[in-house]
Amino acid sequence: MTSQAAFFNGLFLAGSKRAERPQKAASPFSVIVRKEVADQVRSWRFIILAGLILLTFFGAMYVSLANIRSAVSDARDPDSIFLYLKLLTVTGGSLPAFHVFIGFLGPLLGIAMGFDAINSEQSGGSLIRVMAQPVYRDFLLTAKFTASLIVIGTLFLSLSLLMIGGGLIITGVPIAPSEFVRIICFTALSVVYVAFWLNLSILLSVKFRQTATSALTAIAIWLFFTVFYQILLNLAVTALLPDPRQLSPDEVLSYNNVIMTFVRFVPSQLYADATTTLLMPSVRSLGPLTMEQMAGAIPSPLSVRESLLVAWPQVSGLIAATVACFALSYYLFMRKEIRT
Amino acid sequence: MEAIIEMNGLTKHYGRLKAVDDLHLSIGKGEIFGLLGPNGAGKSTTILMLLGLTEPSSGEARICGLNATRDPISVKRKVGYMPDNVGFYNELTALENLVYIARLNGLPESSVKNVAREMLEEVGLQSAMHKKAGQFSRGMKQRLGLAEVLIKQPEVIILDEPTLGIDPAGVKDFLGLITQLNQRQGITVLLSSHHLHQVQQVCTRVGIFVGGRLLADGDIGTLAARLFQTAPFVVEVALRSTPEQPAELEREILQLPSVKKITFSGNIVEIAGDEDITPDIVRLFVSRQLDVTGVQRKNYGLDEIYHRYFENNLKENISHDKSSGLFQRSFFGRLKTR
Repeated sequence: MTSQAAFFNGLFLAGSKRAERPQKAASPFSVIVRKEVADQVRSWRFIILAGLILLTFFGAMYVSLANIRSAVSDARDPDSIFLYLKLLTVTGGSLPAFHVFIGFLGPLLGIAMGFDAINSEQSGGSLIRVMAQPVYRDFLLTAKFTASLIVIGTLFLSLSLLMIGGGLIITGVPIAPSEFVRIICFTALSVVYVAFWLNLSILLSVKFRQTATSALTAIAIWLFFTVFYQILLNLAVTALLPDPRQLSPDEVLSYNNVIMTFVRFVPSQLYADATTTLLMPSVRSLGPLTMEQMAGAIPSPLSVRESLLVAWPQVSGLIAATVACFALSYYLFMRKEIRT
Repeated sequence: MEAIIEMNGLTKHYGRLKAVDDLHLSIGKGEIFGLLGPNGAGKSTTILMLLGLTEPSSGEARICGLNATRDPISVKRKVGYMPDNVGFYNELTALENLVYIARLNGLPESSVKNVAREMLEEVGLQSAMHKKAGQFSRGMKQRLGLAEVLIKQPEVIILDEPTLGIDPAGVKDFLGLITQLNQRQGITVLLSSHHLHQVQQVCTRVGIFVGGRLLADGDIGTLAARLFQTAPFVVEVALRSTPEQPAELEREILQLPSVKKITFSGNIVEIAGDEDITPDIVRLFVSRQLDVTGVQRKNYGLDEIYHRYFENNLKENISHDKSSGLFQRSFFGRLKTR
């Protein structure tokens, strides 16, 4: 270790020369994003969950391909002309459709990708090292979110394109532009849905110091919304609301709306509602419709714009929840003591 | 000397706890400054404030003329910092870790790999370059940490407990490297530690830091002189056996000029005085037919200075009945039992 100083001498001279001749260096933000994407893609939990999603995707595609003939030839179904949407929604009864699987597995994917985003770096001592570099503090959080979003987006987009391509090869039916738009919207919606859970778990990883705590809390929230919330809501409804048999139809309808509002506090319900509207063009409303509203309606599919309008409250609700989680974790992270 | 690090009334509260209390300190360009203090004295907090990683409750820190709280990014460009327990991305190799940091510092893509490789060779990690950082030993991590600090070509290096957990040979190498960098490049070094001997070896100036306050700063000689004004010279004489008539011996020694204090502990006699009279003392012992097995003239090192400051501070705290006294008492007690 005797020649360091001489070496550093040369290095320092080289450094001053470099400053004179500006070269293009990547911005710190994109450097972090690149590293995070690489980390995510190489991590075992992502590989496992992506494998799981791939498996359900191929399973669902196999089942829907086996049943596609009968579904498309069903003349009473106004959606039967949409072959590719049918591919995503037809089930043989043996396996749920792909979007139902995503409604279930998406949260797990999001949680797995984000639950240790900040706290593992903090306990590992690498957070303070990165923060001691000339990098804005929010870069790290934003870059982690962006990187995960890129990975999820790539995963879902390639699955959708794979489905479309496979459908083209197998059936030979050209895809209608409106179908393509719907499928892309479905993909974007799935990404937003996973992003919500991702942000929730990042928020927990900022809040809790132990990765186990943040992971378990995230899973607990997920379980609460998938299982217990419905049970609690049912209990509350039977206990608090009057017996529907003694009510007029108008009252039943208004109570029903109240119940639906509470059901829609659940992110997976929002996702299910929005995907159903997008993938089944004949769905006109997400709540009950009265006979007056239905009068004169032709049982035909809606246009893309109209379907989007029906689903818009759900979509904006999901986006709002995602942004709220991100804003909160941003606020907490900027004020956080980062020492180990 | 031009000041490169300046702290003016730097204060940090954590709730009711005052981690750093009204710190005034300036460190000149090219100095190696050692921040000494027990655990929890506020050294790390001070360092974090210097880097703008923690907001001071009041006061300001300036590095290279830049306000660390207002302009942390510019400060971090000029300052290399190695935290006390340095951690890396375990799943990446040493080279990948270093390249990542180099990229964050804006090194151009064309040269970043080569610079990182050379840097790893220089800190002696060439053989472990492609090994995962998770398999590194503590000393190797420390070396990698240093490579990472140096790759940004800093003007100031801040090292928090840099020698913690490295073997003695590693410490020697490490400190040698720091001294070299300081001498050849004029890099200012601020290091915090509670390993007194190591600090003593390399630092040009030290600051003693207890309970969030800087008790004293200056080079070791000045500190010693200030503290041991009463009896700066101490000679320790070891005898083969315990002297038979210590009272008589003490009386005789006290007759020598400038002797102030004598302590007997078993077969060791410690004599403190204003002047260096080691030959006279030895002559006296020999003439009394005592078997001298060893004579040692003591130089005041940081250990003594450190202890003395804690002792003084402790007394002060007890007399003022400060709440922080409890902690220092226990720390002091621990030091004494060692």
